[in-house]
Amino acid sequence: MTKAEIVEQIYERVGFSKKEAAELVEKVFEIIKQTLAEGEKVKISGFGNFVVREKNARKGRNPQTGEEILLEARRVLTFKPSLVLKNILNGAEHPGAESGRSAP
Amino acid sequence: MTKSGLIEEVARRTPHISKKDTEVVVNTIFDSMIEALRQGERIEIRGFGSFQVKLREAREGRNPKTGEPVHISAKRTPFFKVGKELKEMVDSSEGTASSSDAPEKASA
Repeated sequence: MTKAEIVEQIYERVGFSKKEAAELVEKVFEIIKQTLAEGEKVKISGFGNFVVREKNARKGRNPQTGEEILLEARRVLTFKPSLVLKNILNGAEHPGAESGRSAP
Repeated sequence: MTKSGLIEEVARRTPHISKKDTEVVVNTIFDSMIEALRQGERIEIRGFGSFQVKLREAREGRNPKTGEPVHISAKRTPFFKVGKELKEMVDSSEGTASSSDAPEKASA
């Protein structure tokens, strides 16, 4: 699935013109990106959380040569899928967030 | 920012579209993404990143409290890989991110 297919879904399900749908989809991802770039997390209930994490500088190794290298402090983006999404992917009929982690 | 905060911001930037419609669109975006993942489809949003479902094999785990062995069934898990543009945006940002030393965890 690409952005164009998401636009298509909005066109079909909501009835916006493709131009309007495309504009909105662009805006949505643009806002999420800007928010994360500011270091703020984005929490989408039923989908998951995007969180910016600070990584401290550490010594690493080039796995090919074994040579020691310094990895500088950096910021990375992590995605934690919601329990609802994880349950849906595993065929839950009622993917409520309350259903335990050890569900069969 | 939560989903409702996102809806507010989209509505603010698109004054010609009602907030109600904005809400429907934002929900449709995530619903259609969830549906794609449910079907095992990969999602690629240029400049943002990609989502993919991977199969985790069944394994024997252990209850960390009791040490008792437990069977963990195979399951499908979504993964996100950040895109180059967003990766660079996040790394070069000036804002305050949550520190890796203090991860947010729900207390058991």
